[in-house]
Amino acid sequence: MNELVFFINNVVIAGSVTGSIYAIGAIGVTLIFSIMRFAHFAHADMMTFGAFMVLLLTTAFPAAGASIGVPTALVMLPLAMLLTAALAVGVDKAFYKPLRAHGVKPIVMVIGSLGVTLMLQGLIRLFAGTSGQSLYVDDRKEIFRIALPFEGVRAPIVITEPQIYLFVITLVAVVALHLFLNRSRLGKAMRAMSDNPELAQASGINTNTIVAVTWVIAGGLAAIAGTLLSLDVTFKPDLSFFLLLPIFAAAIVGGVGHPYGAIAGGFVVGFAETLAVFNWSVLLRPFRDSFPAWLELPSNLAFVGTEYKIVVPFFILVAILVWRPTGLFKGKVI
Amino acid sequence: MPSTPSSSPPQPLLEARDVHGGYGSMNILNGVNMTLYADEVGVIVGPNGAGKSTMLKAIFGLLTVNQGDILLNGQPIHNLPPNQLVERGMGFVPQEKNVFPSLSVKENLEMGAYLKPQNVKRMLEQVYDFFPPLVEKRHQPAGELSGGQRQMVAMGRALMAEPSLLLLDEPTAGLSPLYMNEIFDRVKKINAAGVGILMVEQNAKQALAIADKGFVLAAGQNRFTDTGAALLADPDVAKSFLGG
Repeated sequence: MNELVFFINNVVIAGSVTGSIYAIGAIGVTLIFSIMRFAHFAHADMMTFGAFMVLLLTTAFPAAGASIGVPTALVMLPLAMLLTAALAVGVDKAFYKPLRAHGVKPIVMVIGSLGVTLMLQGLIRLFAGTSGQSLYVDDRKEIFRIALPFEGVRAPIVITEPQIYLFVITLVAVVALHLFLNRSRLGKAMRAMSDNPELAQASGINTNTIVAVTWVIAGGLAAIAGTLLSLDVTFKPDLSFFLLLPIFAAAIVGGVGHPYGAIAGGFVVGFAETLAVFNWSVLLRPFRDSFPAWLELPSNLAFVGTEYKIVVPFFILVAILVWRPTGLFKGKVI
Repeated sequence: MPSTPSSSPPQPLLEARDVHGGYGSMNILNGVNMTLYADEVGVIVGPNGAGKSTMLKAIFGLLTVNQGDILLNGQPIHNLPPNQLVERGMGFVPQEKNVFPSLSVKENLEMGAYLKPQNVKRMLEQVYDFFPPLVEKRHQPAGELSGGQRQMVAMGRALMAEPSLLLLDEPTAGLSPLYMNEIFDRVKKINAAGVGILMVEQNAKQALAIADKGFVLAAGQNRFTDTGAALLADPDVAKSFLGG
């Protein structure tokens, strides 16, 4: 039973945390691709930017959350989402729109977004420095230890306060997005434009509005994902380097252009990462006695070391591109 | 000589005078003339490369008109962008990619009335009236429908904006004769409901049979222009354009 608790803590909870963050990031990547048809490499930096906005606001008003009993960082999240959405719309107006107006190839847009990546990273470093910082400026990170009511179970299930917020906010964001895309006039127009931009225009849909709405949603979601990740670990200006590959892997695994695929892909990549670094010998240890004598159980039986976690999404990406380039949900090929 | 009625003649719904145009400065149309009244079905026929679809696209603002006039209800409209033409009462059904494949049939139709959301309910009923087979398919993605049903969705989407003029680019392309007759049947019904129709057709004989006006184009110019029945009866038209 202790082994099971270990598995829950290290795989179920850790995988859901990583999966949620990748899923929210990948939704943004997939939406931007389906409307503007290019891979937005600066997306991970928009996530970092959102967390950076929360850091600035929390440092400025450290006591704002205490009165209502939630971490200040979470109180600042809606404001940070607005600022990140504004940044996304602004970046589009300043850099991507002129390129679109020239009718450039998608690869030019991708290179443009690499430039935006460098600019955003420079901007964040300029103000936040290069070291890691906690978003819990004035609050304490609550850690819940849930003991299981079974005989002989010593280890508790451990879950932290930001992880609970993460699960709740992810669920709310996904349901809200689903309702927006399927029930609202604007959301349906967005899907229509993704399906057939010429026909959308011929139906009188203003494609500029749809582009702006896409950036607002992608920016807002990026701020959520970046902030929740920084709450769970710490804020670092180079966070995006560890996010870029997994969120693109997630978007491609799910099928580019499919928001639900991106969610599924996020969890596939998140769980693949945690399963790959999980020490399987812990689970095998109770059955040690039934093993043949010549088989000795090593103390660490993980597929890859934690420091090589980033190769997992890379491997998934290569495998998907080789065997099923359209992804699980039959999306477009980048 | 057209016979002039005693009162002043009604204003044509669509009038094209000596239209030259094409992709950029390259002209495919070399002087096309058309007059269509609100209660008429107009059919454009002609050999491949005659500029039939080009003319339709030029009317809907998808191509450049370099010379000549296009008037909708007496107002010049050439080189206006498509979304403004939709607002002025023009609907266009392209030959290919004419539905949103991942949207349901109902959502496809709703997109047609995007600019007039208050009309959605009323127009949905009207469109389902024209195309009863769509009612039971309304929650199915349009990409899963058969070619004929997809054509109905495409025409329905254009009708949702309550156009006064509907442009159809080869609505029966790739359809079985059974579906072709059904589509022509709907076209007549839609016209009877007060929508002027201008369509390009490969199935020239069948299309001219339902046409009030026929325009036979060749090399970007009018070769013959008359009523559908007169064109069908004309041995010259039959010999050179209708395969004998």
